[in-house]
Amino acid sequence: MGRYVIRRLGQMVVVLFGATVVLFCCLFVLPGDPVGSLGGDKARDPAVVEQLRERYGLNDPLPVQYGNFVKNLAQGDLGEDFTQRRPVTEILQPKLVNTAELAITAIVIDIVIGLLAGLVAALFRYSFWDVLITLLTTMAVGFPSFVIGMVLQKAFVVELPWFPLISDGTVNSLILPAFTLAILDAALVARLMRGTMLEVLRADYVKTAIAKGLPRRTVLFKHVMRNSIIPVVTYLGISFGTLLGGALITEAIFNWDGIGLALVQAVQQQNNPIIIGVVSFGVAVFVLLNLIVDLLYAVLDPRIRLA
Amino acid sequence: MTTSSITAEVPRQRGEGAEGPVLEVRDLHVEFKTREGVVKAVNGVNYSVSSGETLAVLGESGSGKSVTAQAIMGILDSPPGRVSKGEILFQGRDILQLPESERRKLRGPKMAMIFQDALSALNPVFSVGNQLGEMFRVHQGMSKKDAKAKSIELMERVKIPAARSRVNDYPHQFSGGMRQRIMIAMALALEPDLIIADEPTTALDVTVQAQVMDLLADLQREYNMGLILITHDLGVVADVADKIAVMYAGRIVEQAPIHELYKRPAHPYTRGLLDSIPRLDQKGQELYAIKGLPPNLLKTPSGCAFNPRCPKAQDICRTEVPALLPVTERDGTELAGRGSACHFREEQLHG
Amino acid sequence: MSELTKSTAGAGPAQTAPAAPAEPAIARVTQWGEIRHRFLANKLAVIGLVLVALLFLVAIFAPLLSPHDPYAQDLTNTLQGPGGDHLLGTDALGRDQLSRILYGSRIAVVVGLASIFLACVIGIAVGALAGYFGRGTDSVLMRIADVFFAFPLLIGAIVIIIVMGRGVTPVIISLAVFSWPTVSRLLRSSILSVREADYVLAARALGANTRRIILRHILPNSIAAVMAYAAFNVGGAIVAEASLSFLGVGVSPEVPEWGNMLAAAKDFMGVKDYLWTYPSIAIVLTVLGFVFVGDGLRDALDPKLR
Repeated sequence: MGRYVIRRLGQMVVVLFGATVVLFCCLFVLPGDPVGSLGGDKARDPAVVEQLRERYGLNDPLPVQYGNFVKNLAQGDLGEDFTQRRPVTEILQPKLVNTAELAITAIVIDIVIGLLAGLVAALFRYSFWDVLITLLTTMAVGFPSFVIGMVLQKAFVVELPWFPLISDGTVNSLILPAFTLAILDAALVARLMRGTMLEVLRADYVKTAIAKGLPRRTVLFKHVMRNSIIPVVTYLGISFGTLLGGALITEAIFNWDGIGLALVQAVQQQNNPIIIGVVSFGVAVFVLLNLIVDLLYAVLDPRIRLA
Repeated sequence: MTTSSITAEVPRQRGEGAEGPVLEVRDLHVEFKTREGVVKAVNGVNYSVSSGETLAVLGESGSGKSVTAQAIMGILDSPPGRVSKGEILFQGRDILQLPESERRKLRGPKMAMIFQDALSALNPVFSVGNQLGEMFRVHQGMSKKDAKAKSIELMERVKIPAARSRVNDYPHQFSGGMRQRIMIAMALALEPDLIIADEPTTALDVTVQAQVMDLLADLQREYNMGLILITHDLGVVADVADKIAVMYAGRIVEQAPIHELYKRPAHPYTRGLLDSIPRLDQKGQELYAIKGLPPNLLKTPSGCAFNPRCPKAQDICRTEVPALLPVTERDGTELAGRGSACHFREEQLHG
Repeated sequence: MSELTKSTAGAGPAQTAPAAPAEPAIARVTQWGEIRHRFLANKLAVIGLVLVALLFLVAIFAPLLSPHDPYAQDLTNTLQGPGGDHLLGTDALGRDQLSRILYGSRIAVVVGLASIFLACVIGIAVGALAGYFGRGTDSVLMRIADVFFAFPLLIGAIVIIIVMGRGVTPVIISLAVFSWPTVSRLLRSSILSVREADYVLAARALGANTRRIILRHILPNSIAAVMAYAAFNVGGAIVAEASLSFLGVGVSPEVPEWGNMLAAAKDFMGVKDYLWTYPSIAIVLTVLGFVFVGDGLRDALDPKLR
């Protein structure tokens, strides 16, 4: 196990290194001036631009720039942003908390609704509930998060004024965005859960468990569940990328002050340090999460050989 | 249906004490609803096992031998399967009448089952110690620690080397023979009165088969349990079984004390099975094979289900279902414990 | 018993395939024929196929079907509800909603197909090389794939668009650049599983060269998985494209495109709901169409996965 973790950590470093190269190439090497519209139209003054370029180290040779870029990134120093001249970390930190709040709530909803729906559908196969759940989860896959968000807004803000349109920081305003973000994944988790569980229910070891005289709940929640959630855990790891993408949309719809909204605004303002901050963070978390899921997978399924 | 005619009671076996057999199956019918129609998997089976006795149930796949066992254990897949008729008397009471909660309490302490393929029958994600200990924790409310100690004891009992260090290993880390020993240990855990072993050695190497079978036979003697040994291999059962029931298309076609069956089969199907065992003294001759395929249970042939494959089939075999009736010696004395469902059972026996 | 359940469970798809005994002459059911048969026996897949076909027709004949010029502004007729001359109403600039939705299908089709096609081309090339050569080539190529896989799709796409600017081509490229690793991984694992298969060993024993083995023996058997992926993910690509536009980083805002329309409609939530409902319906039907086709294709290609 230990050796495997080290090898995977090594791979992770390689991947992160590669990702910084891609990011650096896109934002610094390829044509397009990062100082571009910095400071509004007045900044077009060549002297000002030059001063800014110097200030952000854009006149150094590329390898030096890259070295500094990675060094700063590794130290968690993302520099100052272009518009407010404040440290990027300071700007992003509260937004990060907001996004995490949204994402974690969504994941909890995913797991609870997804597992429950999949469980019910599998246990009562071909029943009314199974048909309903299968139908809903099949349809849900076709609904992009922005459509879901707008439908929810229409239903629960406009028609039934239960929730505020724009987030006001209360728990109440968290619910609609979290559901918007969660519904697609919950549907996919439910489908996955149903499929795996139907397979597991047919397995010989379930028959053994019944033949051992175990109570139904032990058979279900120990022997069946434990085997059924393995693919779900893997899926949740991979789906984090989709979740981050969904967070961009959800935050835009509900004006949720998170890093997704910050990214979109930064793109419009060509505020590169913020972009770099959000993108690097997204990549790092995604990679780390995939590693954790792989390790968890090995823990959940002892047949997986770590080599 | 002529199946009920077997009330011509199979004669009593040795060892059946005053309290009667541990298990008695009476006129059991099991059917499965499928998209193509109702599959009648078991059509009126009768058999009994006493303490310390081994009954071998022999048959091809689809003969209903495993379905009968699952019906006894109460682990039929239902739906689609269900017991449509019959009684299963366990220690004198009909367990088919018991509520599921009561039946569950029988499984483990009173009756247990050993499955064919231990690799798929053991849960891959729990250690064997956990799965063995579960018996004690669930049925006897034992603490985790005690249950683990018991598990180690059990593993030693079935002769697994280094039990103490292997108790936390997972099923896939054991060899096939060792895994089957673990299955046996699990079935024996609470010293049940009846064990059903469904082809316990089929998935094993030939060299290991004998070891596992011996172990099972030893333990059965030691605990004086009733044992139902389901198999399709006549060779496996000769040394361990007391009596045998041969099944075909959901019915028992022949019943006999084991050695008599080998000596003088009273049903053409049994004859065919015996003839298809390779024998050293017939080296060089072509091996016998029963022609044709096992019957389709959706539409079993009319009359005797075996008639399309039977070398001696007559007109009556295609029209009338033969009942399982006692077989007699030439002088008319009934042979104890023997029965055959063949219109020409006497000819088969003496001819 | 186990034999019994297996036979009844397997009876569904496997036994529907053989041709009816009524027509013995055309007995030779090819593998593709069987796949097509299974696909067409799946109701959802057929619905999906119809939806996709409709989408293509609308995209091709958008100019003929549209009652108005989707770009034409009419500031005297802004925000008109559905009905009259404008069947689905007009937007804040007086542009005809119906025409814009119809034209929007063109962007959806072009971006959806082109980006997935591009992703498949790159992915198949990389995956085939990695899977066939193994060892060093494999680990280098797969680490590269890992790097691109590490970017969540929308976030990666935004980075590319920052470089290339907004527009249809940048959106296609940006989606393809971060989608191909999935194809590579899929193909590679499927190749790894067939590489040691007997028929490939047989081909090698008969002296077939590497290129021939890849093209003739390995790819055709691995491509099935990729095809199902592609069909399923065209829908995903269309959603991603609309998402980018919705966020204001996709195609230019004046272009008739569903994400753009929804972004503009967002401000009229609860006031002018027709602005977002109709484009939403268009995109949902489109995505469902591709998802159903993808699901149906996957099941038809590998009935075991059901």
